Amino acid sequence: MARIPTTHDPFNAVAEPKRRRILEALGAGEHSVNEIVEALGWPQPMVSKHLAVLKKVGLVQERRAGRQRLYRVNVEKLKPIYDWVTPFERYWSESYERLDEVLKDMKKKEK
Amino acid sequence: MTEKKNKTVIAAEPGKQELFITREFDAPRELVFKAYTDPNLYVRWIGPRDLTTTLETFEPVSGGRWRFIQKDKDGNEYAFHGVNHEVTASDRIIGTFEFDGLPESGHVILETSKFESLPGGRTRVRTQSVFQSVEDRDGMVAAGMEHGVVEGFERLDEILEGVKM
Repeated sequence: MARIPTTHDPFNAVAEPKRRRILEALGAGEHSVNEIVEALGWPQPMVSKHLAVLKKVGLVQERRAGRQRLYRVNVEKLKPIYDWVTPFERYWSESYERLDEVLKDMKKKEK
Repeated sequence: MTEKKNKTVIAAEPGKQELFITREFDAPRELVFKAYTDPNLYVRWIGPRDLTTTLETFEPVSGGRWRFIQKDKDGNEYAFHGVNHEVTASDRIIGTFEFDGLPESGHVILETSKFESLPGGRTRVRTQSVFQSVEDRDGMVAAGMEHGVVEGFERLDEILEGVKM
């Protein structure tokens, strides 16, 4: 199967760990490139390059505020990726949460 | 004593045939091991809440076989089976795992679960799953894994929680 170029596919865009770090750095807020540069301690061109990819696939939105450009996570775009990825993770987290309950019962009975 | 929340960590490096699932429990490893090897206990926790598990075969000894079926609310069934290569109380379980619902059989996973005692009567269980190919691994874990997204997804979790949806 042909690989979809990173710049078109949001899934591939978040496969790059650095871009995930940028999403994390943005968090629930709105930040300028300089603020992200400061938070991550990376060279500005690197941050700008990855931001551009995230913007192109729609995971990040840009807004002009005076002379500044501010960026934030586009949750609507991120949500489907999240839903797509989680079944296996959910299988195990939920199993283990149930195991917590079983272990609690076992400890009670031991006493 | 405040109980901190134990998190399930799944680590899968892109392009590799293996993945690791790690979790800590607030119970000594003898108890955790028992919950893995006692059929009445095992059936109570394996799988998410919306699936009901029936053990068809459960032989938690070296050389023993196992097979279970998980059913969802709509009646869909998912069966899994394998052989226990080595079961050493309360230290480790090594065995094979195969999902019966695949179009062709033979896609077998080698699983090694190690039970490690931690201070304060706690236990860490680390399971390594080795697949026959990268494609097998990525297929099992849903397409998301092939993009290497699962690792580190916990933080994105926080983003989604932080942003009102």
